[in-house]
Amino acid sequence: MSAFKEKLEAWREKAKKAISKFPEREERFATSSDIEVERLYVPEDGGQEYLEKLGFPGEYPFTRGIQPTMYRGRYWTMRQYAGFGSAEETNERFRYLLEQGQTGLSTAFDLPTQIGYDADDPMARGEVGKVGVSISSLADMETLLKGIPLDKVSTSMTINAPASVLLAMYIAVGEKQGVTSDKLTGTIQNDILKEYVARGTYIYPPQHSMRLITNIFEYCAEKVPNWNTISISGYHIREAGSTAVQEVAFTLSNAIAYVQAAIDAGLPVDKFAPRLSFFFNAHNNFLEEIAKFRAARRIWAKIMRHRFKAQDPKSWQLRFHTQTGGSTLTAQQPDNNIVRVTIQALAAVLGGTQSLHTNSRDEALALPTEDSARIALRTQQIIAYESGVSDTVDPLGGSYYIEYLTDEIEKRVWEYIEKIDEMGGAVAAIEQGYMQREIQHASYQTQLEIESGKQIVVGMNKFKLDNEPQPELLRVNPELGRIQAERLAKLRSERNNEEVQKRLQALKQAAEGDANLMPYILDAVRAYATTGEICNAMRSVFGEYRPSLF
Amino acid sequence: MEHKIRVLVAKPGLDGHDRGALVIAQGLRDAGMEVIYTGLRQTPEQIVAAAIQEDVDVIGLSSLSGAHMELFPEVVRLLQAQGIDDILVIGGGVIPDEDIEPLKQSGIAAVFTPGTPIQETADFIRAHVKRGTCS
Repeated sequence: MSAFKEKLEAWREKAKKAISKFPEREERFATSSDIEVERLYVPEDGGQEYLEKLGFPGEYPFTRGIQPTMYRGRYWTMRQYAGFGSAEETNERFRYLLEQGQTGLSTAFDLPTQIGYDADDPMARGEVGKVGVSISSLADMETLLKGIPLDKVSTSMTINAPASVLLAMYIAVGEKQGVTSDKLTGTIQNDILKEYVARGTYIYPPQHSMRLITNIFEYCAEKVPNWNTISISGYHIREAGSTAVQEVAFTLSNAIAYVQAAIDAGLPVDKFAPRLSFFFNAHNNFLEEIAKFRAARRIWAKIMRHRFKAQDPKSWQLRFHTQTGGSTLTAQQPDNNIVRVTIQALAAVLGGTQSLHTNSRDEALALPTEDSARIALRTQQIIAYESGVSDTVDPLGGSYYIEYLTDEIEKRVWEYIEKIDEMGGAVAAIEQGYMQREIQHASYQTQLEIESGKQIVVGMNKFKLDNEPQPELLRVNPELGRIQAERLAKLRSERNNEEVQKRLQALKQAAEGDANLMPYILDAVRAYATTGEICNAMRSVFGEYRPSLF
Repeated sequence: MEHKIRVLVAKPGLDGHDRGALVIAQGLRDAGMEVIYTGLRQTPEQIVAAAIQEDVDVIGLSSLSGAHMELFPEVVRLLQAQGIDDILVIGGGVIPDEDIEPLKQSGIAAVFTPGTPIQETADFIRAHVKRGTCS
């Protein structure tokens, strides 16, 4: 028997074993004409080249997916990002989405929370509750998660610079519900490097931010073992205007920096690497996007296995969440966005994503209304339950074009990674403005192509409508800033302020040394110290990052 | 010698999405203007101070976070409080149609939403810049 056939047999055995533990959705899968659908389609004998480049799903280099049965076992997690206004309003939207069949929560925080300012800080003016929910203390977090069983629902939180504070609040709410931290599941974004590159919600200088991140890795490995401690994000890099290749290259370069930082801090790679997760974008160039996801998985597997010498195959797996591309949506003819989102979501599924957010049609205009959010979720459900694309693993694997694109993207990504290595790694490349300049160049090129009509955006630079009707938009209560400020004043008058000060002081001292800061932050959170107070305690030690302009 | 139009591109508030601001900055430079970019997280006070210090003809404000109704008019108000009425203030970003008229009432000369060609913004600036462009 050839090596290929032996490996295929071994894989079939492994898949059978996996199925005996986790049965597939159906006993038998078939098309609408009752043609039976097999779990995996492979060449007659792919030979060595197939084994090296593609392998089998659930096996190195994971090009065809990270699980042996992929969506035949279980669909991806349908995780719609939500959050606006007050904790009460967001709690209502969460419950609505869970009732509609959403399977995980995903929390958007407002900008003051993301940058570590309380709702009553002068810097928060005009921003409270606008792009997400305002969380200034544990009291707000308790309201946000009211009635949501934390041992059953997994929660993703888009929080970076103050990730340790919000995670601590989540742990503290769990304690109050009687859910111990080892039972909590979810993700914090916690990817600070892309904030300096593309998204702008940084607080501290890079080295201190990196310390907080490794503190979280270390704390969670011990106390919150089922938590995804970072979601290394290409999403925002792409939204800032990068190409698909740059998205993968810069994300994986940042990931290399995190892994190296954790190793340098003394953590064994296989202890934290299985909890790393990724976050990618899906744009309109359908086949390129599918190839991008496959290439990213293969490159990461090689990096973890060969560069970092990880032994555990779980450390080699690139698990990722996908969101459809916000910047591809148009304010013109917003219903067209439903179609764009469908194409992008399908690319994510064919690329093997573990969880997916589909954008709402009105996001180029404002935050999504409840109706738009429902259509976006339905889009995923139609792909899952009606299209049949989830019935066989990696259906496009072996397509000449897809494999060519996968190889080509991989090659170009390695070129970038090598270049960034030569510059001294991601942190150095960011400090020198290299990634920012590359993205800016790509984004400007796109703009010029759209303006010249070379790149067509339906409904915007071609097939335009005069007199478009305006859809109904979601409005955030403009009084919210004031209401939140009043609530904070009440909180500050009711809590034990002496205790708060004591714990903030302890945190500050710990920040000056090299202790893990998580327990100190958790202690401060439990005493109802606010987001701003905790972040300011660290600001007073770490300082604030001020970018130079390129 | 002809005076180049000077533009301050500014990001008021905490919004970190500056793709649009950077594209506009580059585009206006290519259209022959001098452009200064403030960087992120500027208060209205800082923006007005920078505009005065840099002696600009135009302030272009960009926000995608929904804070525009509070922050854009504040820039105009602060300019007026200092007796400055010859700086053209324009805005852009994710701004619902229904907010455009109230923003204009408050002294924002024009609002450019996503999909606007840079040329259109440049033409508008040339036609409406309040200071003489020759010195």
